[in-house]
Amino acid sequence: MAAGTVCLCVRIYALSSKIKRQGLIIPTVKGVESAHMNANAKRSSCVPSSSRKLLTGNEAAALGAVLCSVEVIAAYPITPQTTIVETLSEAIAKGELRAQFMEVESEHSALAACMGASAVGARAYTATSSQGLTLMHELLFWTAGARLPIVMVNVNRAVGAPWNIWADQLDSVAQRDTGWMQFYCETNQEVLDTTIQAYRISENVLLPSLVVMDAFYLSHTWEPVYVPEKRLVTQFLKQSYKRPILDVNRPCSFGALAGPDNYFIFRRSMHMAMEEALCLITQVGTEFERMFGRRYEPVEEYQLKDAHSVFVTAGSITGTARNVVDSLRVEGERVGLLKIRNLRPFPIERVRKALMGKKRCAVIDRNLSVGGGGVFYTEVKAALCGCKKVPKLMGVVAGLGGKDVKEHDLMKVYRTLERDTQGLLWLG
Amino acid sequence: MARVTQVTIPRQMTELISSGHKACPGCGGILVVRHVLRIIGSKTIITVPASCLTVMEGEYPRSAFKLPLFHTTIETAAAVAAGIRAGLRAKQQNDIHVVAFAGDGGTYDIGLQALSGAAERNEDILYVCYDNEAYMNTGLQRSSSTPYGASTSTTSSDNFKTQQKKDIIQIMLAHNIPYAATICVSYLDDLKMKVKKAASIEGTRFLLALAPCPPGWGYSSDRTIELGRLAVRSRVFPLLEAEHDKIRLTKRPAKIPVSRYLSMQNRFRHLTDQEIARIQENVDDKWRNIFKAE
Repeated sequence: MAAGTVCLCVRIYALSSKIKRQGLIIPTVKGVESAHMNANAKRSSCVPSSSRKLLTGNEAAALGAVLCSVEVIAAYPITPQTTIVETLSEAIAKGELRAQFMEVESEHSALAACMGASAVGARAYTATSSQGLTLMHELLFWTAGARLPIVMVNVNRAVGAPWNIWADQLDSVAQRDTGWMQFYCETNQEVLDTTIQAYRISENVLLPSLVVMDAFYLSHTWEPVYVPEKRLVTQFLKQSYKRPILDVNRPCSFGALAGPDNYFIFRRSMHMAMEEALCLITQVGTEFERMFGRRYEPVEEYQLKDAHSVFVTAGSITGTARNVVDSLRVEGERVGLLKIRNLRPFPIERVRKALMGKKRCAVIDRNLSVGGGGVFYTEVKAALCGCKKVPKLMGVVAGLGGKDVKEHDLMKVYRTLERDTQGLLWLG
Repeated sequence: MARVTQVTIPRQMTELISSGHKACPGCGGILVVRHVLRIIGSKTIITVPASCLTVMEGEYPRSAFKLPLFHTTIETAAAVAAGIRAGLRAKQQNDIHVVAFAGDGGTYDIGLQALSGAAERNEDILYVCYDNEAYMNTGLQRSSSTPYGASTSTTSSDNFKTQQKKDIIQIMLAHNIPYAATICVSYLDDLKMKVKKAASIEGTRFLLALAPCPPGWGYSSDRTIELGRLAVRSRVFPLLEAEHDKIRLTKRPAKIPVSRYLSMQNRFRHLTDQEIARIQENVDDKWRNIFKAE
């Protein structure tokens, strides 16, 4: 425990120096050690062959790619993703990673190059953010439709106009229907672990994965991260079958013209692959725990069992919400938290199971579908439609464009929720 | 009529496109693809952006191509080809050709950024543009490759295109790529020499192929080869090659007036003598510039 405390202090120091240096506004530091991080600390004796490092979210993402031995990286710089690509190019220069590194002329070409590389069987990787991801929009569909298991890290940043480089999930939630799996990360540890799991899942169901983290709150903030041994990651990612690729000895086409009947079949098969992925995410998460000591699922329930009121969150706000739940629990409030990790495939059954029978529920979105509300809110609402014992639902739009969401803000949300408020609440 | 060298196509040649593809009768584009692939050989991976060729392959689950093919969006041929090369390098498969076949829309217009990026990085790809001088697959709309005077479905004969055709070869040469050339299926010996040379060079290689289009240009589908010859002989489409910045003409046929080339096509039907004279002047100017640059 002593070692853990030292690490925590170092982290807080790193944070405060960062705040001083760059004038960044960082959310409550108290909640940095999330539930599974605490669990890790307890389990640290059984975490096999891991080292513990102080990493920013971007460094954790890059290290995840190095551990997965990615073979082709194509990327274009955009704030706040840049240090991912810089760290990777450094890893290649140092000989820690043997990969083809392509500095292309746009995000659009970055994903196009990844598609080409993936189509000949290479493990391809890219990272982007905001305008970059939205520029890729067309190719996100193409990648998924061509069933290429590319993994991309997206640093959630607001989409213009006006210009804004801070955390906002709009860039990734707007890609909801492209056929990519989407994983929202709460901590830097989760960014690293999810990158590894994403390759395993993608290469099995042949759908690409988007690993998402909040700009600056994670991307540029140091946290202690367990770094597994590369040897074990290689073992974890070992493929047992060959996927279809472009091969001169066995010619085939990717993406050829398909008539209405075949197109329908292709699209339906993608949906079925998503459903399969939902089971696989849990299965791979369990296997990951056996090997590395940390468990992951499409949703995580925190203090939910006897809760009357529930916060639903995705991304780094989850850490703050955990603290708020803890404080309210001390006061005797029956409150819990449901963390959603996957926007796609959306864990409908798990969300239903977790929320049915609860009295009230506040879905907090750091994104806004203009004219529709928060995207997680609408997804949760749709999931609960037709169920019995549906809680009173409130959608909370919070933290857009990097606006800080503090503990007292969530306390305010809780008090509003306790008054059985329904509909949309604007926090800020 | 001047004499034309006869080229015999050996019967036992390996065709990498089967009959039954969906190109229009007399399509110049499919001939370009057929002959380039015949010379390059079967150890090739190709990528095709949205273009007529997308349709020509045929509908899933049938394919007229006997090669691995990655269909991609209209602006990404060069980037996908570069990615394929990177993937092959990662997999240590270094004896495979990577070829992109794109139309003029996917090259001159929407695909120019990705092509420029790939050329600047000198990606090891062969990029072949089959140039039918308009958006033919979508029904003959103007592109930046459409020549001065041509009518299209968006530039009618009353309001024909008044801008010159973009000089894509000069743009590619400005990237200092190792090899760029123009080819025409009416001159198979020249085409063969250039494709062989392009295949032997490492880095970005660019081939611009004239692809006469019977429905788009308005001529009878049995006259594609003849029209290609007229394009070269009238110097509208000079056959040249450039290794780095050294440019040279590979064919110097006796000059015929452009009117002979133009008069065979409905898309130039509306032109007055004055406009034809202007085209002749431009063609002569361009030829002189190439001649000077040699």
